[in-house]
Amino acid sequence: MSQQTLSTDSAGAPPAPPPRPRPSRSGGVSHARDYGRGFWVKVILVALIDAGAVYGILSAAAVSQWGIVAFLVVVLVAVNWAYFSRRALPAKYLLPGLVFLFAYVIFAAAYTGYIAFTNYGDGHNSTQADAIEAIQIQSEQRVEGSDAYPVTIVSQGGELGLAVVQDGQVEVGTADQPLEPVEGATEADGKPSEVPGWDVLNFASIAQQQDAIVALRVPVSDEPADGSLRTQDGSTAYIYQSTMTYDPATDTMTDADGTVYTPDDHGSFRAPDGTALTPGWKVNIGFENFTRAFTDSRISGPFISILIWNFVFAILSVATTFALGLFLAVVFNDPRIRGRKIYRSLLILPYAFPGFLAALVWKGMLNPDFGFINETLLGGASIPWLTDPTLAKVSVLLVNLWLGFPYMFLVCTGALQSIPGDVLESARMDGASAGRVQRSIVFPLLMVSVAPLLVASFAFNFNNFSLIYMLTGGGPNFEGTPIVVGHTDILISMVYSVAFESGVKQYGFASALSVLIFFIVGAISWWGFRRTRRLEEL
Amino acid sequence: MRRSIPVVAAALGLALTMTACSSGSSNEDDATPKPSAAATTSAPALSGTLTMWVDETRIDVMKPIVAEFQEQTGIKVDLVQKVSGDIRTDFVKQVPTGQGPDVVIGAHDWTGEFVNNGVVAPIELGDKAAGFASSAVQAFTYDGKLYGSPYAIENIALVRNNKLLPETKANSFDDLIAEGKTAKVKYPVVIQQGDAGDAYHLYPLQTSFDAPIFTQTADGSYTNELGLGGEKGEAFAKYLAKLGNEKVLLATLDGDKAKQAFLDGQTPYIVTGPWNTTAFKEAGMDISVLPVPSAGGSEAKPFVGVQGAFISSKSKNPLLANEFVTNFLTTEKVQTELYKAGGRLPALTASAEQVDDPVLKGFNEAGATGAPMPSIPEMGAMWAFWGTTEVQIISGQAKDPVKAWDKMVTNMQDAVDGTK
Repeated sequence: MSQQTLSTDSAGAPPAPPPRPRPSRSGGVSHARDYGRGFWVKVILVALIDAGAVYGILSAAAVSQWGIVAFLVVVLVAVNWAYFSRRALPAKYLLPGLVFLFAYVIFAAAYTGYIAFTNYGDGHNSTQADAIEAIQIQSEQRVEGSDAYPVTIVSQGGELGLAVVQDGQVEVGTADQPLEPVEGATEADGKPSEVPGWDVLNFASIAQQQDAIVALRVPVSDEPADGSLRTQDGSTAYIYQSTMTYDPATDTMTDADGTVYTPDDHGSFRAPDGTALTPGWKVNIGFENFTRAFTDSRISGPFISILIWNFVFAILSVATTFALGLFLAVVFNDPRIRGRKIYRSLLILPYAFPGFLAALVWKGMLNPDFGFINETLLGGASIPWLTDPTLAKVSVLLVNLWLGFPYMFLVCTGALQSIPGDVLESARMDGASAGRVQRSIVFPLLMVSVAPLLVASFAFNFNNFSLIYMLTGGGPNFEGTPIVVGHTDILISMVYSVAFESGVKQYGFASALSVLIFFIVGAISWWGFRRTRRLEEL
Repeated sequence: MRRSIPVVAAALGLALTMTACSSGSSNEDDATPKPSAAATTSAPALSGTLTMWVDETRIDVMKPIVAEFQEQTGIKVDLVQKVSGDIRTDFVKQVPTGQGPDVVIGAHDWTGEFVNNGVVAPIELGDKAAGFASSAVQAFTYDGKLYGSPYAIENIALVRNNKLLPETKANSFDDLIAEGKTAKVKYPVVIQQGDAGDAYHLYPLQTSFDAPIFTQTADGSYTNELGLGGEKGEAFAKYLAKLGNEKVLLATLDGDKAKQAFLDGQTPYIVTGPWNTTAFKEAGMDISVLPVPSAGGSEAKPFVGVQGAFISSKSKNPLLANEFVTNFLTTEKVQTELYKAGGRLPALTASAEQVDDPVLKGFNEAGATGAPMPSIPEMGAMWAFWGTTEVQIISGQAKDPVKAWDKMVTNMQDAVDGTK
């Protein structure tokens, strides 16, 4: 599917240049015509990109990844066209963004959407052909009590055969010809060394034909029930019986008892009594992953309380970080404070730490028995910061406040400084008090630029997986719920524990749930941005 | 539209994490199933080279072994280092795309997941199987077939700091706690837990109550029936609550802290495995390794973990891979070398008999009767329910240990039934 998306989408990637001439070429000639310094810089840059793309194409082709090859070819052509064509000025600016947009956003989103409609996951991770092969490999059983045969690989006019010694007699057989004694053959250490009429293969030629040799089954006798000889290492052969046969005509598997397994619509071979063979394969299962999110009682049980906490967490995270950030920004925006720059630099320090690292450090500090906060700051108190359901929620919010306020502080400081001084001055001239100025002038003007960022921050916190995962892991867990989720789990971390930590990985289900979360966040953000637009009409 | 870009990016970034990095390649392969078959037939250039995945904890042990293999047979082995947290998932995802390795080194409890996804091929050890510790071969057996060639065995045991307590007379775990208290240090004995609990380290205590995770048949293989329910399991749950109440078990003491407490001489005893004793010895400590005393009256049996090599079901070099896995890795010389480099008990009995290190011998004795960890794919869910409930009982969050335990058993049973 990706190939189609790839080619159509990328072909349309460089937008057709507008036919009208571009008069805005500030005096000089374009680099597309002029052979000045800029041109050579461009040639070098494009050459580097071309070299990288060609290398990518070659290595992708070497491993038969034709989708990537097609994408890179399109990119290569588009880049060279856009930067050497005289008419492609807009494309020069748009192309890099489009390439990255496609590679990182559109592809990932489309692929997630596609997976959401399949049963991709443990037990269904490949194609039907692979599943058939795996079932057959797994159903081959060594005949109980049979001997191990030192084996010699032989060939005759290109046809491979196995030679073994049975009761002192060398016997040779091929895939079509059951084992038969050969006269005049010699053996050494229980292994045939020379077989008249057959070439004994050396290690190099064995290694060259290993697929054929491993696939070779030599019937022991005319009776198929006796099993067949095969070797996995080229030096020892055992007698195997296959308990499962595949019939390509009817697309069914039949086991030794005659039970017929037919493919069901969930990508498994299934017997009439309901038993399925493993592995199965990946198939499209329609909306099943989506309906399961609402019908599976194991998930819908804790779902509501997690959803509520998810909203509380996201809203309070934004509210607390914004309140603190705004307060500090207003305070440190006052020119009467000395050393403002130092304070400001110190305040944005938490922002400089990677979030997941900070969450881990906080987790250690909040440990009830060994943490710095209880042990040192509170003199050996044993406050269950992360193990009491309510306190854990408070801790999560506090840590997120610590992590998040510098961002709000920066944003608000910037917005405050952009408020024109004359507006404030005229307000003061009109006799407005300091509080009144803040409330009626500063705050509304600030919200114009900050409100959209608050919506974005809400969306980010709604899916703040790394904080929850690193700080509490969702814990303390609910007692006795049929899936292991906890009081501080949010939807995305619940998805993670359901789809991955339950032992059986369910990529299809996880994708469906993340698509659902995307719709929740998308809808709220859309509503939020609609609301913020009104602020601009001040 | 312009403004919603960060929102879309944030949401999609997460969507992207869910599909994980390798999704691209598997998808491409979907669109083009044919070429991989074509590549197989044009493989002769590849002959003589095996690709093997190893994680960072095992790669140094494997390097001299593959060098020796190349010297002996001329087959070059490309060792690819993978992150230990990802190697198992990557193998399951990459093998179907044809990008997987020929051989992967791993633990036996991956077998179930690998077999269920059809990514490993059965191997035949033939008569060599008899030379291995039976639990090691059993560990890699799934549905009656062997899928891995074992090379090392490990299990947990009680480790004693001889400086704090020179000898142990205790026959029961309660006596051990009393004895540990005579050392007059911070803890009498430590067993690591953590937020998500640690059922693995508590398992010897649990089995001493005759409550194994699954019931076992006469030949030692697991059935699908849970063994930890009923009165025996409940008795263990009450015992856990008691230990938690007495502050012998601490829910907040995770693996690193437990190790540090032992290193700092804050406890005479720790229940741990050979992966930590190296550090203890390097720190110059005088330690002894003993079996964990019984808490419930029966013998305390730890889980046994086995390391070994799997062969990919889509290996392009099946013969070379078998040569390495079934013929080379199973020799006494190689198993002994692996033991010397890795410090784990060899799976091959002949090599195990040469082990003279008292610490390793102690672990061997403690694990002699232990059964391998079950390798069914549902174990992931089992561990989660198990550890969570145990830690809730220990911390007192679950007020009624028996009720919490019974609820856990129900959930586990549902998980086993549900994924069948």
